Amino acid sequence: MSLIENNIALNFTFDGKAYQGFEGDTLASALLRNGVKVVGRSFKYHRPRGIMGAGSEEPNALVEIHGGGVCEPNRRATTIKLFDGLVAKSQNYMGSREFDLLAVNDFIHPFLAAGFYYKTFMWPKAFWEKIYEPVIRRAAGLGELTRRADPDNYGKGFLHCDVLIIGGGPSGLLTALNLGRAGQSVILADDDFRMGGRLLSELDLINDDAPTNWVAQTLAELESLPNVRLMPRTTIYGVFDHGIYGGMEIKTDAIGTSGPRQISWRIYASHAVLAAGATERPIAFANNDRPGIMLASAMRSYQNRYGISFDNAALFTNNDDGLRTATDHIFDVRSDKFVTDTAGRKGLKNITSNLGEKIDADYLAMSGGWNPNVHLTCHKRSRPKWDNALACFVPDGATLSKDMSVIGAAAGHFSTHHAFEDANKLSAELGAKIDTLPRAEDSPITIKPFWHVAGKKRAWVDFQNDVTAKDIALAHQEGFTSVEHVKRYTTLGMATDQGKTSNVVGLAVLAEATGQTIEQTGTTIFRPPYTPISIGAIAAGHRGQSFKPTRLTPSHKFALENGATMVESGLWKRSQWFVRDGEKGWRDSVDREVEMTRNSVGICDVTTLGKIDVQGRDAGKFLNKVYINTLSTLKVGKCRYGLMLREDGIAMDDGTCARFSDTHYVMTTTTAKAGPVFRHLEFVRQCLYPDMDVHLISTTDQWAQYSVAGPNARKLMRKIVDAEFDISNEAFPYMGCEQVTVCGGTRARLFRLSFSGELAYEVAVPARYGDSFIRALMAAGKEFEVTMYGLEALGVMRIEKGHAAGNELNGTTTAANLGLAGLMSKKKDFIGKVLSQREGLMRDDALKLVGFTCKNLSEKITNGAHFFEPNAALTPENDLGYMTSVAWSPSLGQYIGLGFLKAGSTRIGETIKAVDSMRNNTVELTVVSPHFVDPEGERLRV
Amino acid sequence: MIINHPLLGPRDAAEFTYIGDAALLMRPNPRSDTAAEDFHNYQYLRGNVAGEMRELWYHEQGDRSWLVVTRNTLTHEISKVELARDVKRTMTATSKSGLK
Repeated sequence: MSLIENNIALNFTFDGKAYQGFEGDTLASALLRNGVKVVGRSFKYHRPRGIMGAGSEEPNALVEIHGGGVCEPNRRATTIKLFDGLVAKSQNYMGSREFDLLAVNDFIHPFLAAGFYYKTFMWPKAFWEKIYEPVIRRAAGLGELTRRADPDNYGKGFLHCDVLIIGGGPSGLLTALNLGRAGQSVILADDDFRMGGRLLSELDLINDDAPTNWVAQTLAELESLPNVRLMPRTTIYGVFDHGIYGGMEIKTDAIGTSGPRQISWRIYASHAVLAAGATERPIAFANNDRPGIMLASAMRSYQNRYGISFDNAALFTNNDDGLRTATDHIFDVRSDKFVTDTAGRKGLKNITSNLGEKIDADYLAMSGGWNPNVHLTCHKRSRPKWDNALACFVPDGATLSKDMSVIGAAAGHFSTHHAFEDANKLSAELGAKIDTLPRAEDSPITIKPFWHVAGKKRAWVDFQNDVTAKDIALAHQEGFTSVEHVKRYTTLGMATDQGKTSNVVGLAVLAEATGQTIEQTGTTIFRPPYTPISIGAIAAGHRGQSFKPTRLTPSHKFALENGATMVESGLWKRSQWFVRDGEKGWRDSVDREVEMTRNSVGICDVTTLGKIDVQGRDAGKFLNKVYINTLSTLKVGKCRYGLMLREDGIAMDDGTCARFSDTHYVMTTTTAKAGPVFRHLEFVRQCLYPDMDVHLISTTDQWAQYSVAGPNARKLMRKIVDAEFDISNEAFPYMGCEQVTVCGGTRARLFRLSFSGELAYEVAVPARYGDSFIRALMAAGKEFEVTMYGLEALGVMRIEKGHAAGNELNGTTTAANLGLAGLMSKKKDFIGKVLSQREGLMRDDALKLVGFTCKNLSEKITNGAHFFEPNAALTPENDLGYMTSVAWSPSLGQYIGLGFLKAGSTRIGETIKAVDSMRNNTVELTVVSPHFVDPEGERLRV
Repeated sequence: MIINHPLLGPRDAAEFTYIGDAALLMRPNPRSDTAAEDFHNYQYLRGNVAGEMRELWYHEQGDRSWLVVTRNTLTHEISKVELARDVKRTMTATSKSGLK
């Protein structure tokens, strides 16, 4: 009844050697079919290892597939569906898989017991970093990363359903059928590429027919139901809050296919059914890790599902289920027959029994009983409980999440009949009409708990992390009694398989050592992911350019055409400067932009500043709450500068506010704080003053806004603004605002605002006109030799004017620090008022924003330097403040800086020392007013 | 997590921004004699309990509602979701009528 299609041959290579398998094979089954016994080396002792399992529990057969950028390490050979052209390699050796130089570890094993690292590398201390660590690093770890970009595609998707069924064995399939027939939306996920679970590997009949026939019929009907989604090769790896499940689907392991290789699903389900089956346990006995020794259930899978015969095989079992395995010799602990040792380094050769006999055997199946796959029940803090009769942990209904049911072998109900019974019972509870049960085997559980054949030699418990029964006993001997401590000291169950085959055996061995029961010993916690998943698939499309969105202003294309260098400002791309022919470095461009703007006219894209429309009868009252100054008295057609504080009295953001009508204000914020300020305003509106009649909307993206600055700004704007609007200084003075039309009827907002200190306008047009408008502005300015200017020139001009920006509003400064204490209204309450008056913030020697110039003009000021008295020692107590912004001022022909200096406003004209320890730069500075250019503000009012 | 928005129905928690204790709704009276201390407590002494808690969540990637979410911080069970403005109005009405 094998499910292998012998007529479809698939060629693959393993460690460079060519082999052939068939459609329906996994890499593991194909290797076994080809007689390959050693598939890798163990983690610590570098022991030759073979295939132990037949599914996702496999601890030994970890391989890397492909090569180059898509090399995937640590893939379990048992879960790789074979495909033509597969290239696989074994891992974890120095030399070759057959002759591994690091196998020396196996011969010095007495020195490598649990806690070996903690004990051995303690001295001499200096050796750790130079000698021990590099050597250990080279030897440690499983698999290798390529350190190259993964060129392949990964997808991400969202699914919703009534019921998510996890596991496509007998109980999962029947539940899906019942619920599917009842019209419920069902997702059935299974990590195997073929649904059916153990029914694919066992021979017991269902309805007097082969079990695979029942599986095929059921799947055919499920496929016909539009409300059922079958998801083979999909591992549900995590259970999250409120019915959210993480699923990882492997579409293909081949490379170079067009679609995504893996898809990370987020599944929202009202109810989940855990039908994940169970995993067989090994038995710990001397040299139980030799290639050829495998789980009995795995051997049956390879025999029945994959059609591989194992000649000269033996069985070691403690239960009846193991006896299903067809072998030549049986060691059953219940008749006092044990395996006490094995021989055969690169493949099992013979077995020694407790009766002293030595039997030749090539394969040995071991069955220590079954562990229900309870892992996913633990992700939301439920803890499994020990069942003595079944000798395993089962889910604890008392702590189980209400939206999850566990059925079949996952609940400790091991017979197929019992699984079907569970499925029908649950389906009825979930509102489905049920049919008569399929007839299936109902063997009772007969098991004698038996874990460990005592002896002097090493008996493996955790095959992946090379933890033996002796290690656990040693940990106990050294005082580790808590199961969590033993786990960490020995690394039991801490490998990538999370102890699927080892945990319970390990607990039993610990219980033996401590003289406690397993129940008293307790268990460790299972966490997501159930099996290892690719980080690449979690990230999916979120990488490179798509890692985050990019915001472009309407003038972006124009800017690139005109030599702009772009810089990221949050999600925005903004022009930093515009290179013209003959300019050799950024300073050439920036200096020219400043000079041309100050001498004639320059244009800067200020679209990225946050724009918030504030409307309603209480708009003024609302703004009075959020700004430290009064906005309600602002006249229609005027703008005002405003500063906002956080409730703790620290400056949050600043900007201007324009009033277009009694009930309509437009606020601007800084680019960086547009989001947080809007959130804050909504907090104040909804959480503090819900009865104010005020509404807010962000219009940042709706308007393209340009600053036109310089002595010729009005001449230029006169050509742009339609003639019926008077923009003379008398009709439209500094800080005016008006809704106008431009370029023959296009709606626009005009503001007399200046950040540069020059006569300036800000003009906003609907964003869709932004590109043509910047072209119209530049064309109109040609006769004035207009220039575009970028963020750097903007920064230089604002430093020359002494305006605070992000460097000064840095989340630690108050209005008083910024020299804006005078703005704080005494008449009204505002956010941050009470706490801004705290003694510590109001000290006379508080930091004050002042300007700085160099005593020696050939020296350079640096940002971040700290201030000291000229002869003071460089100690924190002597620190007088720090430099926040520096620039070369083309207008003054020297470096200038802004910074916070203790009692700075009283120290104008004094000399201090600026020390930049990072750049090793110390300069003497003169403290000056922060207003370097046009301190009286005459230019902006002309 | 999923938050059952009173206006929009169930929404993924990823759409929200979280700022913790809903006590922030109760901004003290700035004119009180004890305003300095009241504001200190309001700003800095916020609850963060292991168990059921009323928290402020902001639907930033949605309709921009501030919500008061009653959530058990140990189990993540959400027992109530209200619009913050409704909660604030009720509080204001209660305190005006002299009830605490």
